[in-house]
Amino acid sequence: MKAMSEPIRFHFDVDGEDFSSAGGASVIVKKKLRQLGLSPEIIRKVSIAMYEGEINMVIHANGGTADISVDDREITIVLADRGPGIPDIGLAMQEGYSTAKENIRTLGFGAGMGLPNMKKYSDEMQIETEIGVGTTVTMKIRL
Amino acid sequence: MKLSDLEKALSPAVIAAREEDREILGVYAGDLLSRAMSHVREGDLWITIMNNRNVLAVAGLADAAAVLLAEGVTLLPDALEAARDNGIAVYSTDKTVYEVCSLLAGYGV
Ligand SMILES: Nc1ncnc2c1ncn2[C@@H]1O[C@H](COP(=O)(O)OP(=O)(O)O)[C@@H](O)[C@H]1O
Ligand SMILES: [Mg+2]
Repeated sequence: MKAMSEPIRFHFDVDGEDFSSAGGASVIVKKKLRQLGLSPEIIRKVSIAMYEGEINMVIHANGGTADISVDDREITIVLADRGPGIPDIGLAMQEGYSTAKENIRTLGFGAGMGLPNMKKYSDEMQIETEIGVGTTVTMKIRL
Repeated sequence: MKLSDLEKALSPAVIAAREEDREILGVYAGDLLSRAMSHVREGDLWITIMNNRNVLAVAGLADAAAVLLAEGVTLLPDALEAARDNGIAVYSTDKTVYEVCSLLAGYGV
């Protein structure tokens, strides 16, 4: 990969109304990272971590924004929403825990593996959340 | 096994045609998107009965060789569009997931 002085940034508004197109920002980011010549392992980690975070904003928080920056050392993914917030992060992080409603589950979401996968496939993850205000998840993947 | 061999072995309906004759490196069978997202590896055949557009997002992100819909399931219209836009091969068979898996195991996949 070329040496970069300035980080490369991508911004997306993630629609919370349309479940069927959920994941679209992650699909675009994957293509961009390929064009940057990043390794398949890095791209896989970013794809899984960002997809899960993007889906969570759509199915739990009525959408939000996704900001990705790529520099020489790492990829940073910031997912911010103004949804309901997460009352108990410890519980939400447990594998299989999900509050997804039946109509969402029938689409294949709600496995309760999103947050655990985000933690597993990122090198660093931070969740800031406030009830009734929103949630911001920051993930870093080192190159 | 390549996708062309899969076509001969199963005679599936071609829902979205392949762009390349990719090698099938492995198989994942399952319907929950988060599970598939972390288990489908590059070059895998993903067997599922889910037929919405989200399946194509996951198949593309995971770089699956193809999606095989079991039990006669076919893609919803917007999902078909997503498959074509992203160049993802999709097949459909009347067989159950179990029948497909045992057949593929017989081929040494
Ligand atoms: N951005 C978010 N806003 C509000 N709640 C969230 C958010 N992300 C996750 N959650 C809560 O954490 C739970 C677990 O999330 P996750 O592990 O991704 O599983 P799933 O999305 O399949 O339910 C969700 O069911 C939801 O209650
Ligand atoms: Mg989730």
